[in-house]
Parts: sequence; C-alpha cells; structure tokens
Amino acid sequence: MMDLNTIIQILDSTIRLATPLLLACLAGLFSERAGVFDIGLEAKMLVAAFFSAAVAAMTGSVWLGLCAGVAASMTFALIHGIASITFRGDQLISGVALNFLASGMTVLIARDWFNEGGRTPALVDGGRFQPIELPFASALADVPVLGPVYSELLSGHTILVYVAFAMVPLSWYILFRTRFGLRLRAVGENPGAVDTAGISVVKLRYSAVLIAGVLCGLAGAYLATGLAAGFVKDMTAGRGFIALAALIFAKWRPWYAMGACLLFGLLDAIGNRYQSIELLGVAVPGQFMQALPYILTVVILAGFVGKAIPPRAGGAAYVKER
Amino acid sequence: MTLPRWADVVLIPLINLFLALFVSGLVVLLIGEDPWNAMKIMVNGAVGSTYGWGYTLFYATNFIFTGLAVAIAFHARLFNIGGEGQAQLGALGVALVCLALPWPHWSLALPFAIIGGAVFGAGWAAIPAYLQAKRGSHIVITTIMFNFIASALLVYLLVSILKAPGMAPESARFPTGTFLPSAREVFAMVGIPFARSPLNVSFLLGLLACFLIWVLLWRTRLGYEIRAYGHSEPAAIYAGISPFRITMITMLISGALAGLMAVNAVQGEQQRLLQDNVLGAGFVGIAVALMGRSHPVGVLIAAILFGALYQGGAELEFETSVPREMVLVIQALVILFTGALDNMVRGPVTGLFVRMGRRPGVKAAE
Repeated sequence: MMDLNTIIQILDSTIRLATPLLLACLAGLFSERAGVFDIGLEAKMLVAAFFSAAVAAMTGSVWLGLCAGVAASMTFALIHGIASITFRGDQLISGVALNFLASGMTVLIARDWFNEGGRTPALVDGGRFQPIELPFASALADVPVLGPVYSELLSGHTILVYVAFAMVPLSWYILFRTRFGLRLRAVGENPGAVDTAGISVVKLRYSAVLIAGVLCGLAGAYLATGLAAGFVKDMTAGRGFIALAALIFAKWRPWYAMGACLLFGLLDAIGNRYQSIELLGVAVPGQFMQALPYILTVVILAGFVGKAIPPRAGGAAYVKER
Repeated sequence: MTLPRWADVVLIPLINLFLALFVSGLVVLLIGEDPWNAMKIMVNGAVGSTYGWGYTLFYATNFIFTGLAVAIAFHARLFNIGGEGQAQLGALGVALVCLALPWPHWSLALPFAIIGGAVFGAGWAAIPAYLQAKRGSHIVITTIMFNFIASALLVYLLVSILKAPGMAPESARFPTGTFLPSAREVFAMVGIPFARSPLNVSFLLGLLACFLIWVLLWRTRLGYEIRAYGHSEPAAIYAGISPFRITMITMLISGALAGLMAVNAVQGEQQRLLQDNVLGAGFVGIAVALMGRSHPVGVLIAAILFGALYQGGAELEFETSVPREMVLVIQALVILFTGALDNMVRGPVTGLFVRMGRRPGVKAAE
C-alpha cells in the first residue's frame, strides 16, 4: 500500500504537471467559446517557453522572460486571428501551420542565439521562478496529515501555479457573470445575433484569441522557467493537445476544465513515477497511461459518457455581407 | 467564380508559394546566411545529382501517399489530420506481413505488404470515421487523439512483443526476400549509373496511386458522390447519397493511402519497424494536399517539391549553419500562405481580374 508521503508526492507533482495544461486549457476555452477553434495551443506554448527561457537566460530576470514569452505567444495568437478572423481562412489549417512554425522557429533561433543544439543555457537563480512558501508552512509541517498536505502539497509552488488555479474562478466569472463574457459566448453560438445587436464580432473574437495568447504565454513560461530550467527542443511534447483534450473532456466549462487537467496531470505523474502499475492483477504498461487522456477524450467525444457539444459557431468564419 | 481556372490552379498557388519562400528567405537572412546561396545549395542538393534525385523522390513517395490521403478526405470535406497515426499503423501492418513468412522473393511479399499497410491504415481511420458519421464526433479532434494513441501503441509493442533482442526498441530485421529493388538496381539493368539512395519501386506504386485516385474521383460514380457530398451535404442527401457511407468509404481510402506510405518507408528503406516510422510525413501530407489543390496531379507535383525541400534542407544543414528545422519553417509558411491566408492573395487577385475584365476592348469573362 502507498503511504501518505508517496501520495502527497504524487499529488504534488500532479499539481505541477496540471498547471501548464490548465493555463492552455483555459486559453482554448476563451478562444473556442468565441467560435475560434485553436489547435495551435501547442505552438503558442512552445514559442512562449522558448522566448521566456531565452530572455531570462540573457537578462537574468525571469519576469522579463515572462513578458517576452507572453509577447511571443500573443504574436502567434495575432497571426491566428489575422488568418482565421480577418481573412476567414480555415482555423484548423492555421493552427496546423502555427504548430510547425513554432516547432521549427524555436530551434532555429535557439541555435542562432545560443549555439547549444537547439536549447537555451540552463537557467540559474534569478532566471527561474522560485517556490513560494505559504504562511506558517514550516510551522504546521508537523501536524499529522493536514500538516504535510498544507506544507508539502499546497505550499512551495511557483507563482504561476497559484495564478493558474486562480484563473479558474476568474475565467468562470468573466465568461458567465460579465457582459463581455456573455457577448463572447454569444459570438461563439450565434455571431449573426451579436452583429445584429450592433456589437463587433471581429473585435470580440480578436480579444478572445488574444486572451488565449496571454494564457498560453503563461503556460509556456511556466514550462521553461518554472517546471524546467530552460528550453529544450519541442519541450511542450503534446501538452497543447492534451489541453485541447481536457477542454473537450470538460465540455468547454472552466471548473470542469480544472478537474480534467488535474486528472490528466495525475495520469502523467503516475506514468512518470512507475514504469507499469498493477491494477486488479493486470500489469498496465506505462504507454497505456500516456495514451489514456487521448482514449478518454475519444470516449467522451463519442458521446457514450455524456455528450460534448462544442460552441455552435465554432470553426466558421463570420461573413457579414451576403 | 470570377477567376479563370488557370489563375485558380496555377497563379494563386504560385503567388502563395512565392510569399512563403520570400518570408523563409527573410528568416535565413535574419540568422546571418545569404538566402540566394541557401537556395542554390538546396536546389543543387535536391536535384543536382542522381544521389539528390534519389532522396528527393524517396521522400516524395512518402508525401504522395500522405498527400493523397489528405486530398481525398478534403474532397468529402473531411479534414483527416490523422495521417501520421494511420501511417504508423500501416507500418505495423507492413512489418507484420514482412516478418510473418520467410518470403522467397520481393514480388511475392510486395502485394501482401500493400494489403497489410492499407488494411491497418484503413482500420485506424475507421474508428474516427465511424464516430464522425454515427456520433458526430469532430474528426479533426479524434484523428489527432488517434495519432497519439498510435504512437503510444507502437512504443509499447516495440518494448514488448515485437522487440528484437538487443538494446534498441525496434523489431527484428525483415528477411532479405522482402527487400524492394532500389532505383540503383533498376537503372543498372538498363546500364544507367544511379547513386545509392533509398529510392525504390514503391515510387511507381505512388504514381499508380495518383492515377487510380484520379480515376476514382473523376471517372467513377463513387468519386462523383464523394465530391458531391463535399460540395453540399444537403444536396447530396437529397440526391440519395448516404453521408454515413461516403464518410466511411472516404476515410477508409484515406487511411489506406496513409498506411501505404509504410511500403516505401518501412519495407523500402528501414527494413525493420521503428518507434517512429513516419517522421512527420503525415503532417507534410496536409501541406502537399493544400498546395496541390487536392488534385492528384497537383499532389504529385507538390510531393516532389516537398521531397526536394526535405533533401535540400538536409544538404543545407550539411553545408551551412542553417539547421534542418528550416524545412519545418518553410513547410509551416507554405501551409499558412496556401491554406489559412489564401484569401489574402485571392481577394486582390480576384479584384484585379474583375477590373481587367471591365476594361473596354477586353472580352468580359463569362
């Protein structure tokens, strides 16, 4: 049987691994709720990871790195917006293109700037986000059960982890309790109606896409300057697609998104820790654990366990004149 | 449609390609190399020798299959982004066939390898296709998920059941009776010297596939139904075409084509099953189909172009400080400009043609 310490360690790494997923998932939430499909979450995270690590390595300041990462991610978001909103191009194809662009571009620039075979130099002290001790964490560490849970599990993460989890209620509030959120969701369901009400569909969709850019920027910066200490080639490793899967799993709702990301983070954490695990006497290979988020998403999409219905106007460019 | 056909199929793709290459040139300039020189090295490396041609056409063979796979799905307005996974499964099918028997001669092994690759590729496409047709699950998302599942499946098989003795996670080597004749051997028979390269007879299979897909799409009833369904689903349903049937058949053909890529890559070159047998060719297929306007001839030309790009990119890395990833950037820009930003060029070009059409003395377009 696993002891409390092991469980806490696994859950602790679950939180760390869920953070980039959660930020990217919320990014997708804003974009897709506004009717813009985004399979380029991966791309935005990757450029943000690179530029945050690169600038942090050059300046020694993780905050400047964060700004650079977010700016890079927003640039990619803007390209996606120009292609899919202004020029009414295919949103999926634009996403595919951006994924390749990020994958190639980051290595290209990394080699040119640092000459270390497509990675950035390892980040030291000021170049990384440091863990934050929550108040009384060390004082409470000796309290049975609750002590370790508070001081090990909840305390000691970097700022972006707390930001990511704070974004969940904030996203919910923005989307479901503000006028902007109502309009944003409406533009994903029926842009014609929003247009008729005299509100700019284009402006709303651009703001949604740019919000997604900011959130993916945070996700990428966390990967390179929080979770790891520097950028390596293709370090997002499909996380953008897992975030997309989590978004569908959550049926495009913020709180469920957190649940889905924690679940997928847990699978990742278990997969990292154990090569294979025994379940009911059957050895489950680690590869199965890696594939499980995708399998679960297909099951959800198939509608056998509840039905995932995407925003109705998703994927279609809005044409005003006819 | 105000655009003449030649402008639609030749002019606009060329402008898009030019824009993509122009931006790529800027990127090369930014990393401190001469774009003209880079271009010369790439062209020379890709088509300047029989060695270059061999690799170019070898890559092109992969891209013909994955490009046709994406293209035929486009005709039914399905975006099959799962070529990568279907080709991985195709590789598994080809490997199982090749390893099953001590094949006496390649001409016996090839037909069965084709069946193996096609059936496994089609099988991997069948589930997303069924879910799309029956349950309305978005095929783009399910095929993306299936890419990851395929990759995990192959990694698993190659560390367990199919693993050959030794350290590397790969299958046993195929029996020599399955080795396909290389271009070098074929050309040597007629006395032409051809450098050693992985180019093999499956290139001819690729050409045949282009022709057969053309016949299917424009000369058969099924092809007509696929295109009709892609143009207008309600009209197709009204004409008695079953969306379920068309979605399934189109995706099965698409998956089979993607799976056939493995005949070239796995049986033709690697001669064993690796963890990644596709190396992104499934995604290149998207770029190829977009550039080739989903027409088999266009796909063939675009596939050779991308084959040259891949081979040229390898030479570029060899001779300059421009890394191989430059190819990914060019590929991304081609997809971006020909796919997503198509209207950026199409709008002004259409405007130009309309203005020219209005000019007195010039006969207006019908």
